[in-house]
Amino acid sequence: MKDTIYRSHVLICTGTGCVSSGAKNIKHELQDELADNDLKNEIKIVETGCHGFCEKGPIMVVYPEGVFYCQVKEEDVAEIVEEHLLKGRIVERLLFKEPMTEESIPSYKDIDFYKKQHRIALANCGKINPESINEYIANGGYEAAGKALTKMTPEEIIKEVKDAGLRGRGGGGFPTGLKWQFAFDNESDKKYVICNADEGDPGAFMDRSVLEGDPHRIIEGMLINAYAIGADEGYVYVRAEYPLAIDRLQKAIDAAEEIGLLGEDIFGSGFNFDLHIKKGAGAFVCGEETALMASIEGKRGMPNPRPPYPAEKGLWGKPTNINNVETLANIPYIINEGSDVFSSIGTENSKGTKVFALTGKIKNTGLVEVPMGTTLKEVVFEIGGGLTDDKDFKAIQTGGPSGGCIPEDYLDLPIDYDSLIEVGAMMGSGGMVVMDDSTCMVDVARFFLSFTQSESCGKCTPCREGTKRMLEILNRICDGEGKDGDIKLLEQLGEHIKDTALCGLGQTAPNPVLSTLQYFRNEYEAHIYDNKCPAGVCEELASSFTINIESCIGCGQCVKVCPVDAISKGDGKYYIIDEDVCISCGACAKKCPVDAITQG
Amino acid sequence: MKSLEDLREMRKEVEKEMQTRKNTNKPKVIIGMGTCGIAAGAREILQAVMEEMDKRDLDIEVTQTGCIGMCEKEPLMDVKLPGKDRITYGNLNKEDVKRIIVNHVINGNVVDELVIARLEE
Repeated sequence: MKDTIYRSHVLICTGTGCVSSGAKNIKHELQDELADNDLKNEIKIVETGCHGFCEKGPIMVVYPEGVFYCQVKEEDVAEIVEEHLLKGRIVERLLFKEPMTEESIPSYKDIDFYKKQHRIALANCGKINPESINEYIANGGYEAAGKALTKMTPEEIIKEVKDAGLRGRGGGGFPTGLKWQFAFDNESDKKYVICNADEGDPGAFMDRSVLEGDPHRIIEGMLINAYAIGADEGYVYVRAEYPLAIDRLQKAIDAAEEIGLLGEDIFGSGFNFDLHIKKGAGAFVCGEETALMASIEGKRGMPNPRPPYPAEKGLWGKPTNINNVETLANIPYIINEGSDVFSSIGTENSKGTKVFALTGKIKNTGLVEVPMGTTLKEVVFEIGGGLTDDKDFKAIQTGGPSGGCIPEDYLDLPIDYDSLIEVGAMMGSGGMVVMDDSTCMVDVARFFLSFTQSESCGKCTPCREGTKRMLEILNRICDGEGKDGDIKLLEQLGEHIKDTALCGLGQTAPNPVLSTLQYFRNEYEAHIYDNKCPAGVCEELASSFTINIESCIGCGQCVKVCPVDAISKGDGKYYIIDEDVCISCGACAKKCPVDAITQG
Repeated sequence: MKSLEDLREMRKEVEKEMQTRKNTNKPKVIIGMGTCGIAAGAREILQAVMEEMDKRDLDIEVTQTGCIGMCEKEPLMDVKLPGKDRITYGNLNKEDVKRIIVNHVINGNVVDELVIARLEE
């Protein structure tokens, strides 16, 4: 039997998320079961990159039917083999259940989470084996590079990217075509292209997923990029904390070199291109382009003032063009389909799609790619399936530590670069954290600021000292020691840092504080003036819990979970909480079967 | 890789590796894999289909189904060409499979003497 035709392909997600939930063991179990049932020659196991639906991992998709199994355990494998692969009967209990309707959905195409997405950058993720250049090529891979190198001039490519309206997906949103033009215009004997894969926002993992799930797409994007600006050497700057992404990218580079898609005279066009991986040590500031280049050069990863811009004097003083992973992932599509197809997706000034890492208090967490202009409501409630425990939506934080919190009033906001900035947030790299009414907004601002504060490189005073002072004030407010004037001071400091910090990290660091002050000022005031944390998060301010003796059924479950023994039997069959002992952890309220325990 | 044509040549060769994952309007062959089917030799029928697929480089979708209640006619195999009726063949052996693949799946001519049911589109 030839080794290419199998009647069924079983795709196992081996992205970092699914690997950590046990995908490798499932693969081994499946290998054993297929061997035991004499199915090895009929069924092929394919390891893929991330499907984006990490909440439901480990994920397995069985073709030709396209059946989507989620949260598969080792002990389920025998049943899948016996029932599905041998007898053709779908294992119902492992199908995805739509959170709203409780309905089981066999095919992933019909799951709301996927149905409402439009996948360009993630098109291949979860569908092909990232370690097989054959599968990438079979899916049309390197066609765009071939077309660009043999049939288009650099000027034509740059025009196409400009006309497409693509903007940088790393956060800044600068028009990509224009950036390429600048690098093209600067004549030099040597130029570089760099892929910025130093993804550092807490909670964002789209760049990692593309590198893990479809590394050849990035190589192809860089190939086109390099040809367009006239570079013959490139770097992918990827953080060392992404070992799987580095491993798969290195394999992809090796495979591309082997068949001449990297190296000399690619496609017989006379164009040469070498690509290297540079591992970053995980400093957040190295995502800033001047700091990133300093790091590649072996210097300390600190930003430098611009101008000169990298297009003029970049890596080792040569013209350099830096693009984010997701930006590059869009390039082959634009070249293949044309700028008009790409620019037909999205809004007036933000074209195409954007990948978001959806996390927080939401049912379907994971990676979603939607057209620009999709509303927050569609993302949270239709794709995300609504909030966990059907709690009330309070805010959504976009843009990671540089972004801001958007309240419920703006749920109908169509998402694009400009609309988010208008409401005091930003696109950033695409982090989206959903918060419910049990979230304290002061605490959230403190969390993000403590991140940027500890990642501040210390080179410029506004960022080094300013974020430190702001964090001190926030700590004080959360500890119940906020003073009159603190809010004003936060605003002043925030505005000064925004205006004077050297790089993007500092200039955007105050955003989480300023945007929560804009929309949730009353929470700050409650902390400072009423000594109360409305969400009951800040321990020093949280009011104690009480048991409603009318509703209490005397089951005693609260007593068992109380970590400080604050609950004791009252006169009747009910229980009471000693306010002086209670630390307001809320464990009792969560446990109470009749909701008799409330705070305040 | 010295030209765009080289890439397209290579793509043709490797496309087979992906064909099982692309189910766009392909001919479908469905094999009865209930306990009755397996007991009557459905596994050999399935393997025969795969051998033919391999030998003739066919891009078809092979799936299984459970018992449909005609256990005495097992092994059963259905062929469904795009836009055509679903034809059920029964009491099959490996030689029959070859005939069905060549006549029906490839050339579109139903092998009437082996048909036991016809499900209109």
